[in-house]
Amino acid sequence: MSLSVETYPTLREASQAIGDRARYIGGGTLLMRAVNYGDQSFDRIVISREIDRTIRNEGQGVRIGAGATMADVLASRDAGFLHPVARVIGGPAVRNMGTVGGNLFAAAPFGDFATALLALDATVQMADGQNQPMESFLSGRDRARGLVVAVTVPRVSEREFRFAKISRVKPKGASMMAIALWLRGSGRIDEARIAFGTMGPTPLRAKAAEQALRGRDLTEPGIAAALAVCCDGLQPADDPLATAWYRRAVAPVHLKRLLLETR
Amino acid sequence: MAKVPLTFTLNDAEIGVFVVPGSNLLDVLRRGAGDLTPKEGCAQGACGACTVLIDGVPHLSCLTLAEMAEGRRISTTGGLAVGPELHPLQTAFMEGFAAQCGFCTAGMLMSAKALLDQTPNPTRDQVIEAISGNLCRCTGYEPIVDAILTAAAKMQGRTA
Repeated sequence: MSLSVETYPTLREASQAIGDRARYIGGGTLLMRAVNYGDQSFDRIVISREIDRTIRNEGQGVRIGAGATMADVLASRDAGFLHPVARVIGGPAVRNMGTVGGNLFAAAPFGDFATALLALDATVQMADGQNQPMESFLSGRDRARGLVVAVTVPRVSEREFRFAKISRVKPKGASMMAIALWLRGSGRIDEARIAFGTMGPTPLRAKAAEQALRGRDLTEPGIAAALAVCCDGLQPADDPLATAWYRRAVAPVHLKRLLLETR
Repeated sequence: MAKVPLTFTLNDAEIGVFVVPGSNLLDVLRRGAGDLTPKEGCAQGACGACTVLIDGVPHLSCLTLAEMAEGRRISTTGGLAVGPELHPLQTAFMEGFAAQCGFCTAGMLMSAKALLDQTPNPTRDQVIEAISGNLCRCTGYEPIVDAILTAAAKMQGRTA
């Protein structure tokens, strides 16, 4: 296969250059893997000289440039509530390379950061200026046209946001599953958003469980109904890390541990 | 496809090579620049055998698009020794039997070097975290962790 590499001065021009046979390269951890394994679905690689790695507070949220690496997230105080997520992605070298923008496109078992962004109802900003909520972005990402330039994440307290990555190898291993929770309310849960990673082709919300948590306490009886329906709408697959059956069997166990975690 | 020129610094030497577009940096280092110290294990970011430092920071050379290394400063295990004098990490690996088959060693050394450059006096947990992206199928890791701690101590003028 012969590839060509095209470099553009701005993100906007790079965005216009990507298409059916042309892929954008951020950190390379996904795209170069495809190149190394002879992926024939593209023959042009698009680079932008303009890269946005900035992370800053903006209104009620934190805006993260799509070019920010996991290491950049870990170095940012503004993104502190996302440190537990960035810290468990890859090893140090992968965290120095892999970007937030790229993670939005990572297929299972990758995409832990995207799982957290889905639970937190982040907004995805495209190069053409359009904004999309994370959920609709993920459901259409295979047909996505143009480049992601940033995500904006509501700033949440450490108390409201919980994240667990379940992997078989410590400290670094791909996700058997990942769970991200955004829980609002004091004492009782007013509003819950629950996202599962590696429980479908993209990170997915467990909407039935979200409903079942509303108005409940974080106690064993309070969460029982949510646990019973937590796999509704999820589409786990068999892969070398676990079978779909096993994933469904242990999802309520891991969700329970995360919900009842003492804070 | 016509080859394209690429220049970078490799262990303080200026390198200029022509590369096939879309090559990974590991191939360029091994075939273009003749530095055989970084290894290709998995070519997908799982094993860390290809770890090099780019501008002092660990990167996986097999997942680095060669064109993105233009003008950067790359360090490999090939540049650790000064003349006949091995780097303290290399000595500690040798004396502590931290290399068996040796395939992971070059990557381990670079991850360890990046750690000690930033954290000269690391805890055991920090060492484990620093090499968490490097797989070793021989040693069980303990001799490697010990060797890195020994090297750190020696570089600080202490005994481990």
